[in-house]
Amino acid sequence: MTNVLNGAELEVKNLNFYYAGNIHALKNINVPVHQNAVTALIGPSGCGKTTLLRCFNRMHDLYPGSRYEGEVMFNNINILAEDIDVIDLRSRIGMVFQKPTPFPMSIFDNIAYGLRLRGIKKKSELQDHVETAIRQAALWDEVKHKLYESAYTLSGGQQQRLVIARALAVNPEVLLFDEPTSALDPISTSKIEELAVELKQTVTILVVTHNMQQAARMSDFTGFMMLGELIEFDNTDVIFTNPSNKLTEDYISGRFG
Amino acid sequence: MAIRDDELKHLKEMILKMASLVESSIRDSIRALVTQEPSIANAVITADHTINAFDVQIDEECIRLIARRQPVGRDLRFITTGMKITSDLERIADHAVNIAERALKLFEVHPMKAYSDLSRMREIAQRMVKDAIDSFVNEDKALAQEVIDRDAEVDDLNSSVVNELMLVMTKEPGNIVQASQLIYISRNIERIGDHATNIAEMVIYMVDGRIVRHMADITGQTP
Repeated sequence: MTNVLNGAELEVKNLNFYYAGNIHALKNINVPVHQNAVTALIGPSGCGKTTLLRCFNRMHDLYPGSRYEGEVMFNNINILAEDIDVIDLRSRIGMVFQKPTPFPMSIFDNIAYGLRLRGIKKKSELQDHVETAIRQAALWDEVKHKLYESAYTLSGGQQQRLVIARALAVNPEVLLFDEPTSALDPISTSKIEELAVELKQTVTILVVTHNMQQAARMSDFTGFMMLGELIEFDNTDVIFTNPSNKLTEDYISGRFG
Repeated sequence: MAIRDDELKHLKEMILKMASLVESSIRDSIRALVTQEPSIANAVITADHTINAFDVQIDEECIRLIARRQPVGRDLRFITTGMKITSDLERIADHAVNIAERALKLFEVHPMKAYSDLSRMREIAQRMVKDAIDSFVNEDKALAQEVIDRDAEVDDLNSSVVNELMLVMTKEPGNIVQASQLIYISRNIERIGDHATNIAEMVIYMVDGRIVRHMADITGQTP
């Protein structure tokens, strides 16, 4: 396990997380998230995988009473520190949710939204950025003729790729995927998985999925979590052919969970 | 996300490289016997290590693809066929090594008439292996069936070589050691033909999804 822990872009060190009411949801987690790779977190419901994912862009800050202990190092800065600008953090570490969340506006404006917030006003510049982001999300050919129609005219799979394009438009370094395909059909699921594998050339990807076959298909590294603890972390090849922990073996072979 | 084309291509290429080494081993094992060149026999024995390494590497890649890509249908049949083919190729190479080791013991003796029959058998068996692998690569069911049909020819040649050598042993007791070694070699070539047949049967399974092995045992009919 030593080699897979080195050279990570994001590194979780001795992380404990408590929800309001002192509920200990993450227990002493140490996990690396490697640059230009897809890392998957798997585990049964309630194991803490989504809770862990949400630590990476401080989503828990939105709920009073929750508390972090430990560190999440991102380019040598602890992003759990008090003085971190979470708005800036969330544009550098973007999040894609389970259900597509397009804004109630045109396809173009969905992508341009974050760019305008960053002060980009010039129309030609906006158009360039919007096109690049939509192309990166492998959606361009499907929407290029209807950029000014409502985002709600798109199918669920297209909406999810639009949301990914929106996140990409502000040039994030990391994208967090929270069950990104659980609301999608198999073809759309396949497109999102292929997209993630392509995007890792430029963005580091961390995906939480209850679908362990999905983790097997798309990730380079996999962490298995249970009851708030990280049970095993390794190359995905190892996790799915010869995991070292019996709990991992039992979970991936469908004996529980 | 299905299994990627480049992953399937890579697997095919590894199997082709292994098959080409195995074909050379078959050819050289008999060439060592006929030319009485120890260096050729030793090269066959050494090449077996590389072939074994391919066997392990291909198996690992197939297992990885099953775990990571969850292949179904045609892809699943391709990968399971690849795994079985590799085992057959590895066994074929072992037979070539056996032949080479026996050839090393026969360097001091005069060649017998049976050598030309063994060369002929080797030619057919080696061709069967090549065609079986070609049928796998090109998904050519007709060629696979031809390979299966050709096995009878190798079996017949084996029977006649064995009969001839038994006669030699009866008439010329001084040649018993050499003749018995040649019977083993003939048997090795005959087994190579059987493994080529196995590969061809797997190709029919891969293309058609139909298992044609042991057809006579199951239905009382030939495939």
